[in-house]
Amino acid sequence: MSVNTASRLATEVNEGDALPVLEHDVTATTVVLGALATRDWRPMHHDRDFAIKRNGVRDIFINTPNNSAWFERYITDWTGPKGRLGRMKFKMRSSVFPGDHMVMSGKVTKVSTDDAGCQWVELDLAVSVEGKVCTECKARVALPGDAGDNPWSRKGERWKP
Amino acid sequence: MVEIKEIPPEVSALIGKVQYEEKTTFPIEMGYVYTSCASVQNGNPLYWEPAVAEELTGGPITPPTLLSAWFRPHYWRPGTTGEQLALQAHFDLKRLLDLPEAIIAGSESVFGEPVRPGDVLTTYQVVRSISEPKTTKVGHGRFWVIDVTVVNQRGEWVGTDTYDCFGYRRPQQ
Repeated sequence: MSVNTASRLATEVNEGDALPVLEHDVTATTVVLGALATRDWRPMHHDRDFAIKRNGVRDIFINTPNNSAWFERYITDWTGPKGRLGRMKFKMRSSVFPGDHMVMSGKVTKVSTDDAGCQWVELDLAVSVEGKVCTECKARVALPGDAGDNPWSRKGERWKP
Repeated sequence: MVEIKEIPPEVSALIGKVQYEEKTTFPIEMGYVYTSCASVQNGNPLYWEPAVAEELTGGPITPPTLLSAWFRPHYWRPGTTGEQLALQAHFDLKRLLDLPEAIIAGSESVFGEPVRPGDVLTTYQVVRSISEPKTTKVGHGRFWVIDVTVVNQRGEWVGTDTYDCFGYRRPQQ
C-alpha cells in the first residue's frame, strides 16, 4: 500500500515567497493545554490570579515551548511531512493571552544546498496580535531536493543543521 | 546605579564545565506527542499515521520542539518537596552572582537525530559565557549563555537548546 508523503520540494521554493497566514483565536484552553503538553507547571500559564497579581500581566499567557510548537506546526503545514526542522531561534517581545487573535506569518529568506547535498530553506516568521509582533522566529528547515529525496534519512555528517 | 559584584573565581571555573548530567525520568512516550499536537492542532501525518512515520523515518518519532519538555521534572514525585526546577545552572548563576531577577532574552534550538518513543535521553548543561556588567531597560546585571545538550541511549546527538539569559537587579534593589 502506498503512503501519501506529499511534500514541498526545495525546487518549488524561492527567496521572498510568503507562507500562507495562519490565524487562531486564543482561549484559556489554548494556553493551559499548551503548558500541559510541554510539562510546564509554572503558574503564570494556568493560574490567572498568579499571572495578574505576581507577574503583573492581564491574564495567563502562552509559554515559550508551546510557542515553538505553534511555529513547528506552521512550518510543517507548509512543507509537508518530509520537511525536517534543523534550527529555530526566538526573540520574545510580548505575551499572547486568552482573547487574542493570533496571526502567524512568514517568508522565505534564503534557499541553499550544503556541502552534504541537503537542501535548506531559511524562514523569517512571526506571531502577531492586532498587528504587533509578539514573537519573532528564524527557522532553518530541510526540504527534499526531488521526489525521491528524504531529509529524514540524513544522519551524522550528512545532517548539518 | 546598583553595584554588581565581581565574578567569583568559582563561578568563572564553571564556564565550559559539564554540569547536571541526568537521564529522563521516564522513557519517551507518544502520549505527550498527541497532547502537544492537539495543543497547536498539528495534523502532520508523521505523528498521526504510523505508515507515514515508518516510510519516512523508520518508525514513530516525536516533534523536535518537544525536546525541552522531556527534561522538565514531574510536578511532584515521592521524596521531593518544593518547586522542581529545570535549567538549574541558570538558577545557580542567579544565586552565585547575587542577581535576584532574571529573564530569558532569547533562545535557539538545533535538532539532530529524532527522538523516538522508548528512548532514554541524557542531558547536560554548560555555561558558555558570562558578560561584563550591562544595563538594560529592566535593570543592571550580566548576560550569560547556557547550552543544554541532549543525546540518546546510543550516544547520538539529538539536539541542543541555547539560552541567552539576563540576570539583574532592579534600580531599587
